Amino acid sequence: MRSISSAPRTPARDAALVAIFAGFVAALGIVPAFTPPGFTVPITTQSLGVMLAGAVLGARRGFLSLTLFLALVAVGLPLLAGGRGGLGAFMTPSVGFLVAWPVAAWIVGWITERGGPSYKLHWGVVANVVGGIVVLYAAGIVGIAAVAGISVGAAAVSTWIFLPGDAVKAVLAAVIARGVHSAYPGLVRGRRRERETSAV
Amino acid sequence: MSVLGLYQPGGTVLHRARAGTKLGVMLAAGVASVLLDHWWQVLVALGVVLGGYAVARIPARMAVLQVRPLVWMVGLIALFHVLSGSWERAFVVTGLIATLVLLAALVTMTTRTTDMVDAVVGLCRPLRRVGVDPERVGLMLALGIRSVPVVVGLAEEVRDAQRARGLTASPRAFAVPLIVRSLRHADALGDALVARGVDD
Repeated sequence: MRSISSAPRTPARDAALVAIFAGFVAALGIVPAFTPPGFTVPITTQSLGVMLAGAVLGARRGFLSLTLFLALVAVGLPLLAGGRGGLGAFMTPSVGFLVAWPVAAWIVGWITERGGPSYKLHWGVVANVVGGIVVLYAAGIVGIAAVAGISVGAAAVSTWIFLPGDAVKAVLAAVIARGVHSAYPGLVRGRRRERETSAV
Repeated sequence: MSVLGLYQPGGTVLHRARAGTKLGVMLAAGVASVLLDHWWQVLVALGVVLGGYAVARIPARMAVLQVRPLVWMVGLIALFHVLSGSWERAFVVTGLIATLVLLAALVTMTTRTTDMVDAVVGLCRPLRRVGVDPERVGLMLALGIRSVPVVVGLAEEVRDAQRARGLTASPRAFAVPLIVRSLRHADALGDALVARGVDD
């Protein structure tokens, strides 16, 4: 097992990881989502997948994975929470959140990679909060304001209800990522070593 | 999950139109929508799109399914505009959101996922100059489509294993083994890709 995980990462392995993780984010969409009255965006576990993509795969592969996921949605697969999908998903007021997923995963991964060779829980939470909440909300709020024709301030007010849930998700994603990294070493660390040796 | 995605089989004019053409019309409509600012213009646009559903013989049920998750969000936006004193603006904004979502859903429902993938690969062709390999994009989409049922299958295995051991539902005890299994599957998939000469 160790020999598998510490095997050198190649473009083909990276492609497989990117594709499988897109499938993982899709699988999270099957966990039922709901849109309570007064909520502007459905509560889903898919944003957990966004944080996990960056926290587990790192910046580059996390970004590619979410980009692939959005492409699969765009070509007509009902992969978003609640069985939504297709091009219509990109016309709704929550489009800002959707298109920012790859960027959010990239930022979570970028910060995670800078946390040292072993995954630290508190550092992971910081990465998830910055990428999965701060950056994601900024893009999402701009999207709501643009599509709905309302001010950025009003759009921001409409999203505050999700903060408690997303804060829980940021901690949960870090706990899960720590479990994955200890069960399957060499994911982010492996890339770092590779880069260092190739630099020499 | 069906491999057909959201595609609704049929042989109408809209089904037979090229995917690229339909995407072009949709993009043009999206851009043109900014110019509409009277209630009757929006009503005409909505009528044209609903006419498209009739032409494509898509059951009304399917159209409703795509718009229903938006009801609360769009309702709130309408309320906001009414409160700030403009009935017409409320109608224009919410009507346009509904029109564009329905139009995009119509494109998705009349276009096979495979045709859409081909269209995406075609759109990537000019990006060859900036280092994007269109064939690689096509391969990634195919891998991604295949990965969704794979990870859903793995999720069922993990859940069964949990149940057999009598564990209660814990997100961590579910997500960590699921991700680790997915990563192992990705390694095997990566080896298969190497064996097929995907690595340069």
